[in-house]
Amino acid sequence: MPNFFLDNSDLLFHFNRLEMRDIVAVAENGYEDAKHFSDAPVNYDDAMENYRKVLEVVGELAANRIAPRAAEIDQEGVTLKNGAVSYAKGTQRSLSELGQADLMGMILPRKYGGLNFPFTFYMMSVEMIARADASLMNLFGLQDIGDTIRKFGSEEQRDEFLPKFCTGEHTGAMALTEPDAGSDLQAVKLHAYQNADGKWFLRGVKRFITNGNAHVLLVLARSEAGTKDGRGLSLFACYGSDGIKVRRIENKLGIHGSPTCELQFNDTPAQLVGSRKFGLIKYVLDLMYRARMGVSAQALGISQAAYEEAVRYAKDRVQFGKSIYSLPAVSNMLIDMRVTLETNRSLFYSSALSVDRKEKLEELIEKLKSQGQPFSEQAAELKHATRIANLLTPMTKYVLTESVNRITYDALQIHGGTGYMKEFRVERLARDARITNIYEGTSQLQIVAAAGQVSNDILHDYFDEKEKKGYTGGLRKLSDCLKEIRRLFTQSLAYVLEKKDTGFHDVASKDLVELYSYLYVGYLVLDEAEINPRKVFIANRYILNALASARKNAESIRSEVYADLLHADKILATD
Amino acid sequence: MIQSVVLVKQVPDTTNITGNVMQEDGTVNRAKLPAVFNHEDRVALEVALQLKDRYGGSVTAMTMGPPRASDILRECLFMGADQAYLISDRKFAGADTLATSYVLSEVIKKIGPFDFVFTGRQAIDGDTAQVGPQTAEKLRVPQITYVEEIRSVADGKILVKRKVEGGYEVVQCKLPVLLTILKDAAEPRPFKAKRVMTFKGAKSLLDLEKLTDGNSLLSLVALVHEYTSRSLFIPTLTMDDLKLDPERCGVHGSPTKVYKVESVVLSGGDHRKIDPTKAGLGTLIDELMEDHILG
Repeated sequence: MPNFFLDNSDLLFHFNRLEMRDIVAVAENGYEDAKHFSDAPVNYDDAMENYRKVLEVVGELAANRIAPRAAEIDQEGVTLKNGAVSYAKGTQRSLSELGQADLMGMILPRKYGGLNFPFTFYMMSVEMIARADASLMNLFGLQDIGDTIRKFGSEEQRDEFLPKFCTGEHTGAMALTEPDAGSDLQAVKLHAYQNADGKWFLRGVKRFITNGNAHVLLVLARSEAGTKDGRGLSLFACYGSDGIKVRRIENKLGIHGSPTCELQFNDTPAQLVGSRKFGLIKYVLDLMYRARMGVSAQALGISQAAYEEAVRYAKDRVQFGKSIYSLPAVSNMLIDMRVTLETNRSLFYSSALSVDRKEKLEELIEKLKSQGQPFSEQAAELKHATRIANLLTPMTKYVLTESVNRITYDALQIHGGTGYMKEFRVERLARDARITNIYEGTSQLQIVAAAGQVSNDILHDYFDEKEKKGYTGGLRKLSDCLKEIRRLFTQSLAYVLEKKDTGFHDVASKDLVELYSYLYVGYLVLDEAEINPRKVFIANRYILNALASARKNAESIRSEVYADLLHADKILATD
Repeated sequence: MIQSVVLVKQVPDTTNITGNVMQEDGTVNRAKLPAVFNHEDRVALEVALQLKDRYGGSVTAMTMGPPRASDILRECLFMGADQAYLISDRKFAGADTLATSYVLSEVIKKIGPFDFVFTGRQAIDGDTAQVGPQTAEKLRVPQITYVEEIRSVADGKILVKRKVEGGYEVVQCKLPVLLTILKDAAEPRPFKAKRVMTFKGAKSLLDLEKLTDGNSLLSLVALVHEYTSRSLFIPTLTMDDLKLDPERCGVHGSPTKVYKVESVVLSGGDHRKIDPTKAGLGTLIDELMEDHILG
């Protein structure tokens, strides 16, 4: 039987390499849970066996049940009738099976009915679900909402909301975007007010809300009248059935199985989550790490599916008396796709691990604090881990969601005219991919988010260490290439910083972030190549390609291609 | 509260038959094929679990087979079965449907009263569809075969829809009853992640014997005790645990003899083109009726 976990040797490669002893120990509270829950692991090996077994369950579901429904879901779409949103029939079945399989609360604690998994394994599941049906990921991937309530809500709120998320009885939605507040969430207007008893109510409009028809919504709203920026915003939880009207659902290019709603809040009763004024500046920012990763996982899953379609078609399609797979122009495209796919996966799981590390350190510190124990060592570690996650999560989203557009583009190209037709899966994949580099922060915003860490060269010591490490054989040549890329990066960064021109810096950030990503991913794949001979091919093409691109990035900065920004109005003149 | 027993079987996975799996004499080389859960038995388990969801009670799965058949019993536990029994003994080997149904019926009697016995219509290896009906006979309970749907269970009676050639019939029957289930009756539920983690290490007596083989430090009795205390022991029944007539078990109790196995290769010879017109089709139908292929 096909299985999206067991049939993906690269995903298994990453699973088998994971070293998560510290993270699992914190997640499992020193394996104390095993005394109270029969499904809790008794030690690290047992925990890893649990994760593996459950990922096999996800892989089975994804391959045999979810994937075969995707085309019909895409065609059927979602419907809005008399104010009620209905998912496609296939979506309903997939969601109900995911609930039956205990998979809707993967990262939530056991006492609420969750599986208490580290984030990384949840991400592996999201990758597989997205590979099967990208639009289902938008619903499966909303488990973060429960996690936000767990982290910042009160004990009563946890008891109220989390158990039904875990069983799949309730779905969630995160309502942030408004007509005039998209990328700029500081401009959120939706009004939150209190009555004489201190009860909160919400009034206003939200737009482009994924699964806005959910049972439970987390809503970013302006609780501080008269304020204009992010410091006047708070986070609220409310029920969809309590005075929220779905005004319309969007007719979209892709992810047809996922309803995108415009919502009208008519004095909807709501509960404040956490503290007032921290809605955007703390809770939503915290959520963004996981949201970026979720969309990256979606991009990775679509990339995997598109690559497979391309290889299958290229092998089947005979032209000029042979399968087009053996035409150099085609096999070269396929290799490019495969190398991108695998290096993206390396970046992705390294990044997922950085989020796990950060979050588990936060948990550990909370625990030490509550026990009155010292935690300065962990606090220093957390500071570092946070910086790394601040760099890696936007970098990952930028790289993976741009890549999936390229991969689906090439996969469609390999199909020729056939790929343009609805009958073939690749057409849907190309449409589904397109949103990934737009929502949960556009690529341009991911660059802004990563740029600070890149300008501070926060991986300076790490790269120093890597350069000192002696790579041998064919890998030495590749490590020399990475040294050259680093030289180009250092030079480019110095050039940009010396110029002290923020406009120039903003535009050049794209090149700087890309340069930094070549270095980070380059060393990841170089280390993989040391232990796996096949990965030498991956490292070779990736790093040689990266060097060529790095020269272009550096040259764009050095030659001041962007200096004409000053004359934008003249260049863009309408007549 | 409904007490159900589900009979399940591990069979060779025939979904990917390749060249070297079929032997010259037309039999299947089982060693080359992975062993899987017979699909209709899995559907039977699903039907039993749905009844439990609706009316409460418990579901007991059992299989007779070699030691590695404990794989599918763990899968039964992953789906939600309350208990799973392995019936395994060298002396049961070579059993045909008569001997198999004898042992199964004796085990069912031994473990206590039941309302339902479920099993798949047939297993994909033997394709006899006899074990279910024969077990019902030996248990002296009525049987309903080819069940597509359970309409209701009330007042000690069941109402089901069963498939018959060219249609279906709806029949009522008193409990207890044995039902054989068709694959369209239900879609088996996925494994439940929590149960997978809980029961992944469940072991039968024979699995534990394997652990103690070659490790003198382990005591079988202690292991059984430990696994039982952690609810991870799959009760295992051998010849010694049952009061059976040895002459009715295994190869001794199996009158079925396979006379000959033929490998039939269907091959088309020449072909003829027929005009896609009314007249052309008419001629074709006439010809097929003359040859008694149609009509």
